Amino acid sequence: MSLHLIRLLLAVVLSLQALAAQADYRLNIPVGPTETSRAIYDFHMYAIWVCVAIGIVVFGVMFYSIIHFRKSKHPVPAGFHENTVLEIVWTVIPVLILVGLAVPATKALIRIEDTSGAEMTIKVTAYQWKWHYEYPEEGIQFFSSLDEASDRARQLGSDLAPEKVANYLLEVDHPLVVPINKRIRFLITSADVIHAWWVPAFGWKKDAIPGYVNAGWVTIEKPGIYRGQCTELCGRDHAYMPIVVKAVTEEEYKSWVAQWKQRQETLEE
Amino acid sequence: MATVAEHGEHHESSPPKGWLRWVTTTNHKDIGTLYLTFALIMFFVGGAMALVIRAELYKPGLQLVDPHFFNQMVTLHALIMVFGAVMPAFAGFANWMIPPMIGAPDMALPRLNNWSFWLLPFAALLLSSTLFMDGGAVAAGWTLYPPLVLQTGNALPFTIFSVHLLGLSSILASINIIVTIFNLRAPGMTMMKMPMFCWTWLITAFLLIMVMPVLAGAVTMLLTDKYFQTSFFNPAGGGDPVLFQHLFWFFGHPEVYIIILPAFGIISHVIPTFARKPLFGKNSMVYATAVIGFLSFIVWSHHQYTVGMPVPAELYFMYSTMLIAVPTGVKVFNWLATMWKGSLTFETPMLNALGFLILFVIGGFTGIMMSQVPADLYYHDNYFIVAHFHYTLVGGGVFAIFAGIYYWLPKWTGIMYDERLGKLHFWLSFLGFNVLFFPQHFLGLAGMPRRIPDYALQFTEFNQISTVGAFIFGFAQLLLVYVVYQAIRGVGERVNSEVWEGAKSHGLEWNLPSPMPYHHSFEGIDIQKAIACE
Amino acid sequence: MVSASGSYYLPHKAKWPIIGSLGLFTFMIGFSMKVLGFGGGGFLLILGLLIVLGMMVGWFGEVIHESVARLYNEQVDRSFRWGMIWFIASEVMFFAGFFGALFYIRMYAVPWLGGEGTTGVGQFTHLLWPDYAPEWPTNGPAHVGGKFEPMEAWGIPALNTLILLSSGATVTWAHWGLLQNNRDQFIKGLIFTIALGVTFVLLQAYEYYHAYTEMGLTLGAGVYGSTFFMLTGFHGMHVTIGAIFLTVVLLRAMRGHFDPEHHFAFEGAAWYWHFVDVVWLGLFIFVYWL
Repeated sequence: MSLHLIRLLLAVVLSLQALAAQADYRLNIPVGPTETSRAIYDFHMYAIWVCVAIGIVVFGVMFYSIIHFRKSKHPVPAGFHENTVLEIVWTVIPVLILVGLAVPATKALIRIEDTSGAEMTIKVTAYQWKWHYEYPEEGIQFFSSLDEASDRARQLGSDLAPEKVANYLLEVDHPLVVPINKRIRFLITSADVIHAWWVPAFGWKKDAIPGYVNAGWVTIEKPGIYRGQCTELCGRDHAYMPIVVKAVTEEEYKSWVAQWKQRQETLEE
Repeated sequence: MATVAEHGEHHESSPPKGWLRWVTTTNHKDIGTLYLTFALIMFFVGGAMALVIRAELYKPGLQLVDPHFFNQMVTLHALIMVFGAVMPAFAGFANWMIPPMIGAPDMALPRLNNWSFWLLPFAALLLSSTLFMDGGAVAAGWTLYPPLVLQTGNALPFTIFSVHLLGLSSILASINIIVTIFNLRAPGMTMMKMPMFCWTWLITAFLLIMVMPVLAGAVTMLLTDKYFQTSFFNPAGGGDPVLFQHLFWFFGHPEVYIIILPAFGIISHVIPTFARKPLFGKNSMVYATAVIGFLSFIVWSHHQYTVGMPVPAELYFMYSTMLIAVPTGVKVFNWLATMWKGSLTFETPMLNALGFLILFVIGGFTGIMMSQVPADLYYHDNYFIVAHFHYTLVGGGVFAIFAGIYYWLPKWTGIMYDERLGKLHFWLSFLGFNVLFFPQHFLGLAGMPRRIPDYALQFTEFNQISTVGAFIFGFAQLLLVYVVYQAIRGVGERVNSEVWEGAKSHGLEWNLPSPMPYHHSFEGIDIQKAIACE
Repeated sequence: MVSASGSYYLPHKAKWPIIGSLGLFTFMIGFSMKVLGFGGGGFLLILGLLIVLGMMVGWFGEVIHESVARLYNEQVDRSFRWGMIWFIASEVMFFAGFFGALFYIRMYAVPWLGGEGTTGVGQFTHLLWPDYAPEWPTNGPAHVGGKFEPMEAWGIPALNTLILLSSGATVTWAHWGLLQNNRDQFIKGLIFTIALGVTFVLLQAYEYYHAYTEMGLTLGAGVYGSTFFMLTGFHGMHVTIGAIFLTVVLLRAMRGHFDPEHHFAFEGAAWYWHFVDVVWLGLFIFVYWL
């Protein structure tokens, strides 16, 4: 009875793993509109399939033993307990597999971390618990915090159900607006504790460290709204400082910049 | 040749009466029992906190607790499970089993042994009392990263001192274990003949001695940064918050091997016994353990791929981390080769060992995936990592503890536990565990950050499944308590000295009567012959 | 059993460990209350320390008593030696943590804050601290703690190096005396060693006084002050403990304890003293000199 259960569970585990590999957004990493995101997705899938292949061998041997070498079928155990050749083989093969993983990983990493050649810069400063965005070239800056509806629904004993809020916890008052097809460099830092800036559709995340500046880059290829969250525990409202990036065409971006500038000027007066 | 041990005041073979026995005991079996009991209590305390976390995460929105309290639960759950449950449980096994396995009369430094245990309840008291202080307990995660942790209220110094006590306890226990193994082996028990459990604990003890003091230093810097104006982690004064992370993970990474190596040891005993075959490649098992121990010191920054390290450093930590897969793979393959052409039966200890193997290998796979920096830039600090380390530390560590308890309980009590209930406990735990943690892989891949009390709607279904699993897993543990309690009370069949068929060829301890005598374990037993028999 | 002579001594009914735990517990609660500014903290702190001291006197007293009664065979002696070695190993790692912090700050944190480095963190961090030039010693871009003077290596610290190195020699000289059963040399060697240790601590105290009153160099003087005082402070504490350890050994020696074969306590103290010595060399090179 227990044997069947184990087999069943293994089947479930393996099929779920396979499912995770092929299925839609909710089970797996999203493929975003950037080179980095695709690189990370490809690498992730490659690593999963390597693991599935090893898993088939390891679990295959294990369940073969469980089925065929149980006492009722195989009452007299063999006495061997050593085999140098075998041991060398299963030391060397994993090394080769790891080299096979390390080479593409190294290539991908070097591209991801190369923040040179930026066409524009955005400075991101994390606060407890909101984001501050600054466009040094445009002279624009603003805070981006959780939107009002989410903020109401998230309270303990709130009368507004989260299900009724569009994009619950993933909506802000002022999204970050960026142009598509431009290599944007993000300079990320913090004003208080450590936070992390992460938009899953872009793949990478970077910690916002107070007193130090980290860098990352994206070139977004498709207009759209991309959502993310703070991913480093930063205190009480860590769950409530989302990131919304609105990628628009160059023209739309220019008009948005003009609007914001005007707005800032009126506010200053 | 019998073991003769001289005793300070009196010779007796039964334990003294009264509660003072437990406070002043120097007997390794008593101290083992104390450790295991303490671990069990802490397992339930930490488990209750986990259930608070999972209950809050059942639905989006806040229903039960405030986010600050949620963060306290996240922090204390980890600290209590790591330092209060899993490590003391393995220390309990070490106390019970290392002396009989190597033919020693007791631990080498019995008074110190008493102290290693009796520091723990005070550490637990300090730590848990912070929940009731102004500002609550530490809510910055068990990693205690500054500057966030420096925002803690009155709990901070108490927590730091609690960590000091825990560290002191671990260091003293480790010294004792190393000395016992180096100095108290019976003649003929050479190092390479020594059982795997002793080997894995020996290397674990080295790791503890090397890393615990670094943690103590790091938390001391937190204390002085907060209360004595130092600037270790303050950039304005020339410090760096990331420095703490390096110090913490220099401790923290070996720490996960400290949890898993003794588990490897237990599994290396259980599988051969129930496969009725000697452990395959014993020597390479020893070397693999040593290599894992060494590698654990040089890979720490793979916990910090997103902090902004220079690329060469990221590459170095990636390569060295990947290397760990090799000796770990050797261990897994050796266990499989031990089962190959054996004559397997599936009593509860074996079921738990196989459960360990399945879960640990899955955790190992996700570990390989996360060792890759590019992919980890995505996985870091989301639920994928939560699933990963629960597969290794619970699937690995805790299931090995279950295996060890069922394996040696008859030897400790002289009573065979209820096999039916034991199996039920395993199946409920195994099922509950997978329902609890497997969906968390998907949550992580879909983009759910860890350590949040509330989440976006698309994460709802998997969180609900996970919470159901948590309650199954949690309540299944009551069965364990019942099974163990019955055996301690003496309800059940009496067992002979061998307990498991053919066990005598798998270790010295199976030559001793069950239960083992309170003192003089080896009285009237020919150790040399028993060693030669193996 | 393993040893040829006699059997392995196993003590019973240990009451000191629990007293030690209670003492540490009281000390820690007192310390916490003190830093949080609660009344009674100081009292509990001192009470806890006294309990711990009492525990040590009692516990070591019991062990000395058993040792003098010849209850310990060679194997027990070996256990003590191994125990001491691994205890010192853990102490080494405690200092390694602080040295690691010093190296990290000097090699990475400070240069990055000053904008050194062509990729990653260092490249952009200067945007936050445009006026900061990386240097050592430093109290950081915000000049935390105000102006200070760094400690010069070639004054008292160099003298202290000489003192500690010669104390290492005198303790070895004492050891030779003991091995040759020359009690006079043994006791004299111990006295010299302790005297040198005390001198070291006094000079160190003078240096601290000078730093605080005239140089503006305090624990709060940025990261230089932090690493300087934490490293030298913990070292000074260890020298003090070592000196007390040696004093106990001296008192026992004057009572006629120890012979060429049985003198673990002395050797333990000597090892500890050499460890403290070596740590000082590291301090002198990396904290004072370079």
